[in-house]
Amino acid sequence: MDLPVFENAAAKSGGCSTGSCGSTASQMDGMTDDIRARVQDHPCYSEDAHHYFARMHVAVAPACNIQCHYCNRKYDCANESRPGVVSELLTPAQAVKKTLAVAATIPQMTVLGIAGPGDPLANPERTFETFRELATKAPDIKLCVSTNGLSLPDHVEELAKHNIDHVTITINCVDPDVGAKIYPWIFWQNKRIHGREAAAILIERQQQGLEMLVAKGILVKVNSVLIPGVNDEHLKEVSKIVKAKGAFLHNVMPLIAEAEHGTFYGVMGQRSPNPEELKALQDACEGDMNMMRHCRQCRADAVGLLGEDRGDEFTMDKIDAMEIDYEAAMAVRAEFRAKATAELEAKRARAHAPKQPQAQVVQFMPRPQKPAQESALAGRQVLMAVAAKGGLVAVHFGHAKEFLIYEASATGVKFVGHRKADAYCGGEDTCGEGEISGESTLDRTIKALAGCEVVLCSKIGYEPWGNLEAAGIQPNGEHAMEPIEEAVAAVWNEMLAAGKLAAAPAANKVA
Amino acid sequence: MALEIIESCVNCWACVPLCPNKAIYEAAPHFLIDADKCTECVGEFADAQCVAICPIEGAILDELGVALNPPGSLTGIPPERWAAAQAEIAAR
Repeated sequence: MDLPVFENAAAKSGGCSTGSCGSTASQMDGMTDDIRARVQDHPCYSEDAHHYFARMHVAVAPACNIQCHYCNRKYDCANESRPGVVSELLTPAQAVKKTLAVAATIPQMTVLGIAGPGDPLANPERTFETFRELATKAPDIKLCVSTNGLSLPDHVEELAKHNIDHVTITINCVDPDVGAKIYPWIFWQNKRIHGREAAAILIERQQQGLEMLVAKGILVKVNSVLIPGVNDEHLKEVSKIVKAKGAFLHNVMPLIAEAEHGTFYGVMGQRSPNPEELKALQDACEGDMNMMRHCRQCRADAVGLLGEDRGDEFTMDKIDAMEIDYEAAMAVRAEFRAKATAELEAKRARAHAPKQPQAQVVQFMPRPQKPAQESALAGRQVLMAVAAKGGLVAVHFGHAKEFLIYEASATGVKFVGHRKADAYCGGEDTCGEGEISGESTLDRTIKALAGCEVVLCSKIGYEPWGNLEAAGIQPNGEHAMEPIEEAVAAVWNEMLAAGKLAAAPAANKVA
Repeated sequence: MALEIIESCVNCWACVPLCPNKAIYEAAPHFLIDADKCTECVGEFADAQCVAICPIEGAILDELGVALNPPGSLTGIPPERWAAAQAEIAAR
């Protein structure tokens, strides 16, 4: 049988390299028209939008009122990309200047977020001063905020007043016994409180804040950090509860823990989840909740499309040297936005149009239907990794910084996540560290592809070809420059025709 | 009677708005406490506020130079475990 094939979206510069992230339809279909309209140009809230629109974070909020075991307040590294890390702390005035400069240079800029490096609502003066100024000077930029929730109930009124339409709350648990393993302390009512008591207060405040935001009609995304052995099973419960309370999107992210980060989890040897565990949990939660799969866990001073960071172009000294026509910049943004929105609308309309019998090309796949007996007969699901750029199989295996992961089955091709080609910080060049326990970059990359049966790339060297095969992953350079989804579908069909999809996959030899 | 902030301070601002005496001020390379203004929060709060929110172990000392948040007290990482991890990283 032929798989439905996705149309390739026009190649875009930078950012996530998928043509169309396949789960878009399932993510967006769970939303009302009203919510869809409100998130359609927010890259962190809409999978669709993150191909077109850019965001930035301004690091105006250094203070925090809690401690998380995955965070180290001392940490600052120019080469690290993960939450809580920044290079330059800004005053509200500097943040406003930076935002206007970025928005004048990158017309895709639609969203300004405050996400740290501490907790934005533990720095209410600095956070709200930034919002107040920007609401006047760049009224077309959406404002959003990400919080641990402890102070949230005290600020819901003010958030609503500043027209902040999107709030992210990090909720890792709803059970204080679990919370006690994640949060060593909170600062609450002029005291430092430890252990279970601290977790209980935090959880209550998070849930209260969530309810208050929903009552105000503010969109709430919930972020959760998946910590194996601590909250992995528990997050299914969290997902159910936050959905029931009105959160519209759940983003389960993998724990990042390395000893050199100096965090409790890093030093104590708490492991991070592997990509398969992350996917399994996201899949398990998806029945109850819209799940976000395109998060890149960006820094608290990130700038640009998701998956790229242009922060280096906008240091304060460079901004001071820029000459900016703010009015003209706003007009350019409006023009870009109208064009991109029209393109998105057209995509969506095609996706929802009745299928033409001759139409081979559809934009989005409906979520695979479980009881498709036919599909069980026709062949099993296969995970494939793709070295991609601009929606095409276009990157040399050895040059890929990340691989997009697609799930192919008889019901279609679906984007299910992305994996880094290497550890979060490669180390060797930048930190002067040697290779860890003789493990090469190639070994680490192969490990990152665990669970995938095929890797598609534009080209690949002789050595990695052999190593991948030895690890049970079939390299494939036959589909260079083809649209990703068509290539994945073609490979799946080849596997089907070769009779490889009747039995269970050959054991993956990746540790 | 006054507390002191030392060089391990990461300038996170958390303590500044909490000080009932406005004794904490921004300085380079790190924040400082004006000893003439600091009362250690006696009579105002059960705990010195800067000490109660500071996320960095050892960054605030009492009059005798004793760390008020000693190693391990905030992160939960036992000091010997921390030392072992640092040694392991240095050996790589």
